[in-house]
Amino acid sequence: MASYNTNEFKNGLNIMLDGDPCSITENILVKPGKGQAFNRIKAKNLKTGRTLERTFKTTESVEAADVEERDVEYLYNDGEYWHFMEPETFEQHAADSIAVGDAAKWLKGQEPCQMTLWNGAPLSITTPNFVELAVSQTDPGLKGDTAQGGSKPATLETGAEVKVPLFIDEGDVLKIDTRTGEYVSRA
Amino acid sequence: MLKNIRAFFDEQGVLEVETPLLSSSATTDPNLQSFSTRFSGKSLYLNTSPEYDMKRLLVAYGEAIFQICKAFRDEELGPNHQPEFTMLEWYRPGFDMFQLMDEVEQLVRLLVSEDSVSTQTMQRLTYAQAFRQYAGINPHTVTANECLQCASDNNIEQPVGLDDDVDEWLDWLLTQLVLPSMPSDTFTFIYDYPQSQCALARLRTDECGQQVAARFELFYGEREIANGFHELQDAKEQRHRFEVENASRVNKGLKPMSIDEKVLAALDHGLPDCSGVALGLDRLLMLLTNSQEIQQVLAFGMTSK
Repeated sequence: MASYNTNEFKNGLNIMLDGDPCSITENILVKPGKGQAFNRIKAKNLKTGRTLERTFKTTESVEAADVEERDVEYLYNDGEYWHFMEPETFEQHAADSIAVGDAAKWLKGQEPCQMTLWNGAPLSITTPNFVELAVSQTDPGLKGDTAQGGSKPATLETGAEVKVPLFIDEGDVLKIDTRTGEYVSRA
Repeated sequence: MLKNIRAFFDEQGVLEVETPLLSSSATTDPNLQSFSTRFSGKSLYLNTSPEYDMKRLLVAYGEAIFQICKAFRDEELGPNHQPEFTMLEWYRPGFDMFQLMDEVEQLVRLLVSEDSVSTQTMQRLTYAQAFRQYAGINPHTVTANECLQCASDNNIEQPVGLDDDVDEWLDWLLTQLVLPSMPSDTFTFIYDYPQSQCALARLRTDECGQQVAARFELFYGEREIANGFHELQDAKEQRHRFEVENASRVNKGLKPMSIDEKVLAALDHGLPDCSGVALGLDRLLMLLTNSQEIQQVLAFGMTSK
């Protein structure tokens, strides 16, 4: 099984911690002077997104995580799985709801996404930073309220709920920032 | 800073010397990794400190010497570490560890005198006093299990791979508990290290009858500034220590290094009774400029990115 020595530690290196694949985000050398050195790392758990801290005696090694990034395009949802395809090779991947997570509410079809694979299986999906989606339902805005910059809830064609300005009508196509889940503008 | 250092030693009658950076042998210290290169098919190593060649000069010359040079240590990069750094090293025949600590204090006071760094107090603690005071353990008799207990009592994690080696535990507790407990703006000398951490220091018996290494380190807050020894003169004992270190390297999965026979021959010929110290000039400069990262005091420091 592949492993990394502490002297190979660097940001972005993928290793196994507590049975989960993690990506190193910080690596600090701790050494008292002469004497034993230690590597204190921060790592992001690629499954849960949580950050954890761990210290290793230098010269220790740790199991490598078989993690890779692929460019994919979203195809369709069959009710249980979300299907993606690599546009270069036409290779398809089916991701479950855990892997897709919050990304699901921004996926309509043909969005270019980043898929993280762990041991060849989908681990997480990163959607484009901005998507354009049509409003399927929203209450009519009251005239005159626009100046106050008020907002109202709207449901998009993917089922996602976002806060939109009062002047937005059903059928409008909106630009949404998927990182914050916020309305940006009309497309 | 360099000008002041040279003036200081000139006034004391200490001769500036230069020794090779490339050497055919390397340190056997399992915690130091040497860079290697080749010349005409022969392996050469960049020195991790000029210690061995300076000792050869001491045997020949017999008087006090100092050197300002680059030292190289592979795999060391961090807020306080660079693989290439500048070292001030000097040797004082006729000095014991305490006299050399006095001189280190004198030089450091001189260098930081025009700065805001507090130099009013330079405290001196034995290794045992420091551990007793800040960790509640006696480092000369403690077991690995008691170290583990001490760590968990103080909410300090157990690093992966740290198990039953007491010296490694003491190093860990020193960085995580003892040094962080010291005032952050004060110089502290820690001396009389455990016998097992003697490196190139001679052993002595302290006031409590405990065998200790005549070794000291100077810290500013948590940052190590200097390391000194009352130098070991016994060539046979030194060879034995090199062999023990090489065995420890093999244990850790590291390559054993060829022992420096020239320094052993010099010791055999007769090293004057002397004390020596190495001081990290980049770290001192960090302190003078109030820098948190060593890269800040270097023109073209290496970064980990």
